[in-house]
Amino acid sequence: MTQTGKCVEPAEPAQVNYEQLDLLIRKFENIFYILVPVMAVLISLVVVGIFIVIQNASPLVAYASLFKSSFGSLYDVSNSLNRAVPLILTGLGIAVAARAGIMNLGGEGQIILGGIFATVVAVNLYWLPSALLIPLSIFAGALGGALWAFVPGFFYAKHGTNIIITTILLNDIAIGILGMLVKGPMKEAGGYAPQSAVVALSAKLPFLIDSTRLHVGILIAVVLVLLTQVLVFRSSAGHEIRTIGENPNFARHSGVNVKTMQIWLMLGAGALAGVAGSVEILGSQHRLRSGFLANYGYEALAVALLGQKSPIGVLLAGVLFGALKAGRGGMVRAAELPVSFSMVLSGVIIFFVVISPIMMKFPRAIAVRSMNRSRTKSPQGS
Amino acid sequence: MKRTLRMEQITKRFPGVTACNHIDISFQTGEIHALLGENGAGKTTLMNILYGLHHADEGRILMDDEVLTIDSPQQAIECGIGMVHQHFMLVPKFSVLENIVLGTPLDREPFLNLELARKKIALIAQETGLHISLDEKVANLCVGDQQRVEIVKALYKGAQILIMDEPTSVLTPQETDELFRVLKRWTREGNTVVFITHKMREVIEICDRISVLRDGKMMGTLLTSEVNPDYVAEMMVGRCISLSMDRSEQAPGQCVLSLQHVSVENQQGCRALDDVSFDVKEGEIVGIAGVDGNGQFELIEAILGSCPIVQGEVFLGYEKISGLKTQLILKAGVSCIPFSRQKEGLAMEFSIQDNFILKEQWHMPYAKKGLLQKKAIKEKVAQVIHKYNIKAIGPETKVVNMSGGNQQKVVVAREMDRNHRLLLACHPTHGLDIGAIEFIHKSILEERSNQKAVLLISTELDELFSLCDRILVFYQGKVMGEVDKEHWEVRDIGLMMLGNRKEELERRGHDTNR
Amino acid sequence: MENILAVLTQEFFYAMIRMASPIILAAMGEVMLERAGIFNLGLEGMMLFGAFFAVLGSFLFHSAWAGVALAMMVGVLLGLLFGWAVISIRANQAVTGTAINILALGMTSMLARMIWGVMDVPLSVSSIDVFAIPLLHKMPLLGYVLFQHSPLVYLAYLSVPLAAFVLYRTSWGLKIRAIGEHPKAAETMGIHVLRWKYAMAIIAGSCATLAGSILSLSFMNLFVDNISAGRGFMAVVSVILGQWNPWGIAMGGLIFGFGNALQMRLQSFGIPIPTDLLLIFPIFLALIVVLISKGSSAARPSALAKPYYKE
Repeated sequence: MTQTGKCVEPAEPAQVNYEQLDLLIRKFENIFYILVPVMAVLISLVVVGIFIVIQNASPLVAYASLFKSSFGSLYDVSNSLNRAVPLILTGLGIAVAARAGIMNLGGEGQIILGGIFATVVAVNLYWLPSALLIPLSIFAGALGGALWAFVPGFFYAKHGTNIIITTILLNDIAIGILGMLVKGPMKEAGGYAPQSAVVALSAKLPFLIDSTRLHVGILIAVVLVLLTQVLVFRSSAGHEIRTIGENPNFARHSGVNVKTMQIWLMLGAGALAGVAGSVEILGSQHRLRSGFLANYGYEALAVALLGQKSPIGVLLAGVLFGALKAGRGGMVRAAELPVSFSMVLSGVIIFFVVISPIMMKFPRAIAVRSMNRSRTKSPQGS
Repeated sequence: MKRTLRMEQITKRFPGVTACNHIDISFQTGEIHALLGENGAGKTTLMNILYGLHHADEGRILMDDEVLTIDSPQQAIECGIGMVHQHFMLVPKFSVLENIVLGTPLDREPFLNLELARKKIALIAQETGLHISLDEKVANLCVGDQQRVEIVKALYKGAQILIMDEPTSVLTPQETDELFRVLKRWTREGNTVVFITHKMREVIEICDRISVLRDGKMMGTLLTSEVNPDYVAEMMVGRCISLSMDRSEQAPGQCVLSLQHVSVENQQGCRALDDVSFDVKEGEIVGIAGVDGNGQFELIEAILGSCPIVQGEVFLGYEKISGLKTQLILKAGVSCIPFSRQKEGLAMEFSIQDNFILKEQWHMPYAKKGLLQKKAIKEKVAQVIHKYNIKAIGPETKVVNMSGGNQQKVVVAREMDRNHRLLLACHPTHGLDIGAIEFIHKSILEERSNQKAVLLISTELDELFSLCDRILVFYQGKVMGEVDKEHWEVRDIGLMMLGNRKEELERRGHDTNR
Repeated sequence: MENILAVLTQEFFYAMIRMASPIILAAMGEVMLERAGIFNLGLEGMMLFGAFFAVLGSFLFHSAWAGVALAMMVGVLLGLLFGWAVISIRANQAVTGTAINILALGMTSMLARMIWGVMDVPLSVSSIDVFAIPLLHKMPLLGYVLFQHSPLVYLAYLSVPLAAFVLYRTSWGLKIRAIGEHPKAAETMGIHVLRWKYAMAIIAGSCATLAGSILSLSFMNLFVDNISAGRGFMAVVSVILGQWNPWGIAMGGLIFGFGNALQMRLQSFGIPIPTDLLLIFPIFLALIVVLISKGSSAARPSALAKPYYKE
């Protein structure tokens, strides 16, 4: 049927100003991208401050000493950075996987496996020179972490198994295996404490600055951050990763091999956590103990979320969390708080950081509201 | 006595849009009232307000002179209003009976005692002639039956005013006739039907009055008997439109896509495609007609290699593509406008440029050695935005903040800009306004004159008729028959969509002639 | 071989029934919530909160039942908090659950130290006594295994037929299931989707804290850090294992009870397997179960873990 004839009215301009809306939303989103993490940290500091007041201590004294004991001297700074290294590395893996929509809550277990593998190599191959032993140990650690991440990743990609549950369960299993190993097979010969032997001298990471304990781990972390940043935002593979996270059906439809990519991402995340575990062994602790890097997996999740899942953001958030870890002991002592208080500090911050992505929903609402307001000011119709 | 339901000065604003702008409308008992307008004119929003799913920012609803407060579907149901949504609101895993009684207080509440309900439904079925087997799972019903369930559901809840949103879009012409008979009979008993549609032909057939909406404004209410179709069409669109397309006559070239005895099983293990064979040649548009869910989706999946082919082979030119990975098939020269731009066609939170480069993200000029070339991408996308007249500030505009028509243009631009020999177009104009539809139809015809092969899947027969060279009719994964441009007739295609083979129709035709 | 058979005594089955009860109770709350389309990973943290506040209540009011009441109240609040985050704010459900788990671990250990100080031996409070069911408990064999438990354990087992009845035999259950399958359809049928979701969140929260109070007041009479030890996750897993059907979930809970009891018995028998490995045995069992049971099965509520937008 052909429909022609005289025109009733000329075409009206579209009443939806999508262009203006888009600009507004993007403007607010850019602001919130920075604002949300900052707000999350500030809110949790206020909440912890209330707890401090309840304890009859001064929040100002506490926070001042927290800052002083994490950044007060070169030695403190180096300590903070050393604490930050495992958080940055593990958080990096979690962030990249999360970009593709994979919730990897298994950082804890992957770190432990990395530590175990690295220790085995670094203790037993003591006759190798540093130039071989250190890379080999770190590689072994990466392998251990990747192995631990492969099982949940594989079943998630191939069968749609709930990866959140499998990764969490594997954390507890890793903790059990670690406990068993340091009390049994890996226990230091002739020792009493549940810990492994000290790694070979040639396996220890060199220090960057004399008179501090800052080891080269931070360099490894920074290099990996930069590489990941390029991978995620500048490469074709990164484009595929982000597409999977935004709309897996679209990715599949466009020829992206979603399942393979998901498995690779989990392997990568596990390897990074494994590197975190091995760097910690080779650089700081030099031997494996039970309770090795306890809770670092969950804190790394917070680091990934606080860093807005971007590698550079993870670097900044990791340093912040490292500083908190390094400084909270000093804070508790200076403000005469109970020792267990340091646990609350990280617990509250993690809680607020983890729920902070909620706030990223605000820009759209704000943009829409401000647009509606401007419209009611200039009513429509002619 | 005739009663009147009036909606007065209804206004509803959404982010960036005024979906309904001071609308007045009234419905009388015993009438079938058509609500006519383009996609996005505000028809569905208006009716969602009446059904309590949306809240009007301004305005009121009256029954005769009594003001009704309808803030939730619950209250609408209590006022005797029922609604059959375009996308059916049925729980697939529930039985028909469970779907019908859901939400209505039973005798001996809260215990699930369904015997009385079963009797009541049987009575309704008898009165209206809508027979359905109550213990079947909804997932196992065909679309036509699902629609019956929806109607019975509304009647069971005591609806006297039934809102039907685009009810014919999922039906064959014959099923549509049957639906119209049922509705006519039901309104004769003093009930009201509000009929949302954008197809004018239907309106003339069945409705008593027509209200036309455009851009959220009421353009007027007319008696069907006094209506001039051209005038209504212009009220609806507001400008001159010409739906007849200029198609040059051209002979099709070499065969591009060839399916040979292809069979596919879906995830439930049923045969979704059964021994399908056909060709698409250069410079030819081949249409696939059929009610949704008769294998069209699986056909596309099979060509794109997203689902395993049980039997048969697919060729692109001389190259066998069945069994290859999606990536390689796309690279061999297949482009696809997917069924749903939101589900498979776009990443809504991505910018135009991020959406545009996917499928070509590893290749020049967008990438070199696996690294994206931001500058080249930006330049290219800026050109494309200009060429396809996409309304956006620039390549970095987020797709989610664009209108449906412009989103679809991004998809079309991406697929047509790629190096390809075959275009699969699935419901390319679904839910778009008339301007965008025109644009996309033109683009598809352009493909044809550029000697590309086009496979067009649509449920709109009008669209198929105005674009295609040949039409294949699908029913339950089988090809019922093929119709040439010279021979098509709505009745025959409708019968084929209902599962009659073309040969049978011809034989019957011969018999009656004799 | 004799050693292994010797494990399977009356005491063993008694322990299995007992150890399964908190998992089953928490899982019944969880299944109601998941049927309404919400995935609650915070079950572990909620159990931990429940265990702590039960001891606190018992400590403050010198009555174990006051402790249980306090735990339930906290459960309602936790359900509301979780519900607010995932229903009204539509935050990621798994992330919010994880946040609750982390918060619970930190908060409970801090509060315990704040209130009771740091002690070598944790403070013990009055606990819930065993209530032997008259007559039935004298039955040979089964009488001891089944009918000499704390009232909360009976409650846990009663919750199974109750949940099954509500889900499959009432119109409430029909509504809840419809919400989990197709919330929009439920909305158009005049069902208040958000209200029902909140109600289920509250039920899940209070079931979880009640389960936690079984741990601290019925198995023990004190609170220790991380007393829940993964039982919340086992409850989440048993919902998958039981394919969202209360009877199947109860079977899953019993399997975990079996695992827990076996681990305890083997430990007390001094079998030469390292304690750390025995402790992770039930968790390992849970992992295997998740890996072999299909994640995307037909029984899974279609709208599970998807946020619902009303307009």
